[in-house]
Amino acid sequence: MPDEPDAKADLDRSFSELYRTHLRDVYSYAYYRVGNHHDAEDLTEQTFLQAYRHYERALRESDGRPLRPWLIRIAHNLAANYYRDRARRPESAIEDAAVISAPHTTETLVEGREELERILAGVQRLPDDRREALIMRFALGMDNREIARALGRSDGATKVLLHRAVKQLEGIVGENGADPTAEEAA
Amino acid sequence: MSTTEFEARLRAALHPVEPREDFAVRLERGLVNLAELAADELEAWELSSMRDPRNWARPAAAAVVGAGAGAALVVLRMRGRHRRRRAQSANVLDLAERTVRDLADEARRLLP
Repeated sequence: MPDEPDAKADLDRSFSELYRTHLRDVYSYAYYRVGNHHDAEDLTEQTFLQAYRHYERALRESDGRPLRPWLIRIAHNLAANYYRDRARRPESAIEDAAVISAPHTTETLVEGREELERILAGVQRLPDDRREALIMRFALGMDNREIARALGRSDGATKVLLHRAVKQLEGIVGENGADPTAEEAA
Repeated sequence: MSTTEFEARLRAALHPVEPREDFAVRLERGLVNLAELAADELEAWELSSMRDPRNWARPAAAAVVGAGAGAALVVLRMRGRHRRRRAQSANVLDLAERTVRDLADEARRLLP
């Protein structure tokens, strides 16, 4: 079997590239799911270990399609187990996430930061599927098709999910603490 | 505020988060070690492992290696000795047994 070591080396090289390309995506997703860097690192590490274990098969079955949705789906499943095991939801405040890089006056900086913090707090109050869809779209820049694959939904259902998520979040942020299920009921 | 403006704010709030550099380096090193171990030591071991109960210590050692802070050190030492083990081994099974013994010894020595 003279080709096997070469095939394994190719596979490892390919996985290494996948890792480098998507580390930030997986980490960002994990961070916004769990709300702190410590658990985000754990989740990211577990995601890539799991991915490495199943990489050959995923590559074979992907049929040339991008593997980012597959990676995020692994993180999504692990995060679900994480909450099930620990019986907890994401922490309400995301640590130091609302960083504004553009220069502003002190006043606008504070206002801008407060607004971003309100938005982040609102995201944490969304139902799980809506929150995840927003993280994938806005933190990772995934398109509808990628999000659909990561969540195991149709493209159409994903488009509706995203639309409703944004509308509900607008309602939450606008009312600044209103019942997050109000829009859902409407 | 229009929905488009709101989405722009949402994009600013949910900005991508960079992992800490030391974490990224540690994770990449762990994956490289895992790949090398899987390709070399473990592959040989898997051929013969379950035939001999003496080798069953290997999964436990591997679990410790995978989880512990001293993992990289164990792997590095294992890699360092690989050439010597290969030279001493009569065949693949012999190499696998030597690898298992060496790894278990190394893990016992280095890990709590």
